[in-house]
Amino acid sequence: MKALRSIGLVLFLFSFGLFLGLFFVSDYTLTKEIFETKVKTEHQESLRPTVESLFGKKYSTTFSFANAIARVIDQVNKKFRQEQQWDKVIYDDYTAILTKASTSGIITENTALLFFLVFGVGVIGALLFILPKVSLELPGIKNNGIFHHALNNRGWIGVLIGTLLIVFYIMIYFYDAYIMNWIILVEPLKHWIYPQSESSQWFLYGFLYTFAVLVMGVRMLIKYRHSKYHIVRTISVMFFQLAFAFLIPEILVRLNQPYFDFKNMWPLDYDFFDAWHINMLTSAGGLGIFMFAWGITLFVVGVPVFVYFFGKRWYCSWVCGCGALAETAGDPFRQLSDKSLKAWKVERWLVHGVLVFAVIMTAGVLHNFITGTSTVFGLDTYTYLRRPYGFMIGAVFSGVVGTGFYPLMGNRVWCRFGCPLAAYLGFVQRFKSKFRITTNGGQCISCGNCSTYCEMGIDVRWYAQRGQNIIRSSCVGCGVCSSVCPRGVLNLESKDENGRFGQPVLLGNNHVSMPEIKSVN
Amino acid sequence: MREIVIIGNGIAGITAARHIRKRSENKITVISSETKHFFSRTALMYVYMGHMRYENIKPYEDWFWKKNRIDLVNDHVKDISTTERVLQLESGKTIAYDILIIATGSKSNKFGWPGQDLKGVQGLYSFQDLEKMETNTENVQRAVIVGGGLIGIEMVEMLLSRKIEVTLLIRENSFWNNILPDQESRMLSKHIREHHVDLRTKTELEEILSDDNGNVKAVVTKGGAQIDCQFVGLAVGVSPNVDVLKNSGIETRRGVLVNEYLETNIPDVYAIGDCVERTYELPGRKSIEQVWYTGRMMGEVVAQTICTTKTKYEPGPWFNSAKFFDIEFQAYGNVGNELQLDEEEFYWEHDGGKKAIHFVWNKNSKIILGINVFGIRLRHEKFDRWLREQKSIHFVLQNLESANFDPELFKRHEKEIVEDFEKSMFGIKSTVA
Repeated sequence: MKALRSIGLVLFLFSFGLFLGLFFVSDYTLTKEIFETKVKTEHQESLRPTVESLFGKKYSTTFSFANAIARVIDQVNKKFRQEQQWDKVIYDDYTAILTKASTSGIITENTALLFFLVFGVGVIGALLFILPKVSLELPGIKNNGIFHHALNNRGWIGVLIGTLLIVFYIMIYFYDAYIMNWIILVEPLKHWIYPQSESSQWFLYGFLYTFAVLVMGVRMLIKYRHSKYHIVRTISVMFFQLAFAFLIPEILVRLNQPYFDFKNMWPLDYDFFDAWHINMLTSAGGLGIFMFAWGITLFVVGVPVFVYFFGKRWYCSWVCGCGALAETAGDPFRQLSDKSLKAWKVERWLVHGVLVFAVIMTAGVLHNFITGTSTVFGLDTYTYLRRPYGFMIGAVFSGVVGTGFYPLMGNRVWCRFGCPLAAYLGFVQRFKSKFRITTNGGQCISCGNCSTYCEMGIDVRWYAQRGQNIIRSSCVGCGVCSSVCPRGVLNLESKDENGRFGQPVLLGNNHVSMPEIKSVN
Repeated sequence: MREIVIIGNGIAGITAARHIRKRSENKITVISSETKHFFSRTALMYVYMGHMRYENIKPYEDWFWKKNRIDLVNDHVKDISTTERVLQLESGKTIAYDILIIATGSKSNKFGWPGQDLKGVQGLYSFQDLEKMETNTENVQRAVIVGGGLIGIEMVEMLLSRKIEVTLLIRENSFWNNILPDQESRMLSKHIREHHVDLRTKTELEEILSDDNGNVKAVVTKGGAQIDCQFVGLAVGVSPNVDVLKNSGIETRRGVLVNEYLETNIPDVYAIGDCVERTYELPGRKSIEQVWYTGRMMGEVVAQTICTTKTKYEPGPWFNSAKFFDIEFQAYGNVGNELQLDEEEFYWEHDGGKKAIHFVWNKNSKIILGINVFGIRLRHEKFDRWLREQKSIHFVLQNLESANFDPELFKRHEKEIVEDFEKSMFGIKSTVA
């Protein structure tokens, strides 16, 4: 069994190494034919004089090629801007389009084989590494060595993976041409789902994301196989990621319907009310209108009702895509969240700040939609609201920081500090819900496992050791505090609202009253 | 404003300090030579096992003490003068007090075995023991733990987490059988063996053998068996740590003697926690109780006595908890290892051998006396109330479902338990007894 695990690890590292290696393997040659087929006719004339010099020139790295194209387009655009020929400025992403078309080499010749070697062998390797745990360890909490491991405790492996993730996210969001080899690598799957379509960085991202959720979901299922709660919720996030976030939107597009993730909602889905999005949905017939209504119903009715009955966990750790990644691929890093009071203060300012930002932006956008303008109080909403939000919150916070920092700051950085939907769900959970984590009498021994393994950085022990229910807006109800508690002290419950905010009660000596509890703030 | 000095920063001393601060503006000083800050002693094992770091087992952040004006002194008390009300510290400093609280905890037992002070032989109680265990177990392939109590099994788990093979020597027929009845003791023994522990029952330590460098190389049992090992854990219980009181005039026997108000024989000197020996009887409780919870309760009581109303140490119904590898344990009330003449019992065990429940009640009155439960979580609050209200075994069984504290979606067994109970009570032999 141990040998199997070693083989699995070797296979996985082989496929991961191959994946990284594929980044470097192609040649890039722009030809006249490519230029004429890929560039719109209206742009060909203005671009040709400068681009012509690149025809037939072979580049060996994606950087040099993509940069060369980008430079040329910049030159042309600069000239147009100087001459104030605004209508002629080119906004199309030709850097990526031309890089893709100009790529040649092993990646274009053997795409399917490489796809199998990377992802097929990767899955086999990962499963060989993960599955034998069933016979090597008895079911139960096994957190042995976590703080001694270079992956789980910000050691060199953690720092390396964090760096790779951060770089990857920056490229996905801002330099998609650089990762063209990987985009091409997943093309076979894209074609299988929808033959007429082309792979993009977002398809690559969605695929890798789902891949990670499923593979690491299996790991999660095995690690927590003694707990039916974890089994069910892990299957739930795996299902919602695969079906709702990945497959259904792709299938919808193939059926000529709008791309739509039925489980995503405003304000996490921050451009839901952008004019282009509303127009896209409302002009797409009955299904589009339904999608629009569904999206609104989810956050107007779904959130309060479900949070009232179950707490925000129904979304955050059972359905949400960000939650899906955090609860599967992110599980090895949950202990890295900051539990200090200071972190909690930062969290409240940040996450509510983002919610306010999202609300203001959406109000502006809706104002634009209704009035048919593009400004609010004379300010352009794209420049002052949508673009900064998309860049700072949508890309940098939720992506680069939110996931890239998993191995450094824990797996819920985004959910805790940035997600406006989590803030909204949290309000309801805090003020109007049946959900709480109950403390079992006086049984707490203050060991700290609950706080340590709380991915949201809640100091669970603070409450448990004084016999108080844990009611915190940030709690995503993952249930791990309850699982790691060695004394059976914590239980996630949806019960009568009465007595939810009970006074701290520690069972013990007769006639000892708990003195007034001073707040820590 | 009085100067309150507490010796010891464990759960008892720290609870006293916190509750005194909540109730008064007295000056509070806590002295400890173990660590600067309070940590959870019961969590030391998790630091060794890599579940947590030392920071994680500190229940309060370091700023907490200053904010709450609890002075922490990292020093060792050498001498106590109760006539002058002054403590002499190792560093040469002295500290005066108006009220003294002794919360010095325990120390590991050693029974004078040959070789018990060799390198690589140790107990596990203090933070220093943890550090020692870290160095003592470097490059160790095989270890022997002597003593099958809670600390013994913790040490076994710790060593196994580092892939060190372990032999566990216990005096009893099965694990913790001096506390637990045969049935659950047998179940746990099986579980321990399932984790590849070489569990040797009815085995006692004779001596520990040394190599040429003064390191442990083997143990010899009373039966004459020699077990090679590079580490020996002595986990044969703990005793009150009362060394510092020797010349103080404060009365001690095994522990510091206290009355029901936790007062010692000297006015304004109290003792709480592990180091205490009660001079009065409490039904169902030993005169020395070395448990986290009793330390905490005593801390609460003494704080209330000092600050507001004189309060007796009257712990409610006994409760305790532990975890043996993957099996959680909770106890409410008293279930002895042997059934008394006026007691009746019912034991249910799940087929998988990881869940069990053991009820004991009075034969005549049918009043519930205690319950041991394994692998199922039960609500403390319910059993505390039922025990105080002297509910009958029938009431408890009827309402068992309401006491379940297992996570949502977990399989429930109440129905099965009640059915088996009825079968066994009507003279039909239960299938699982």
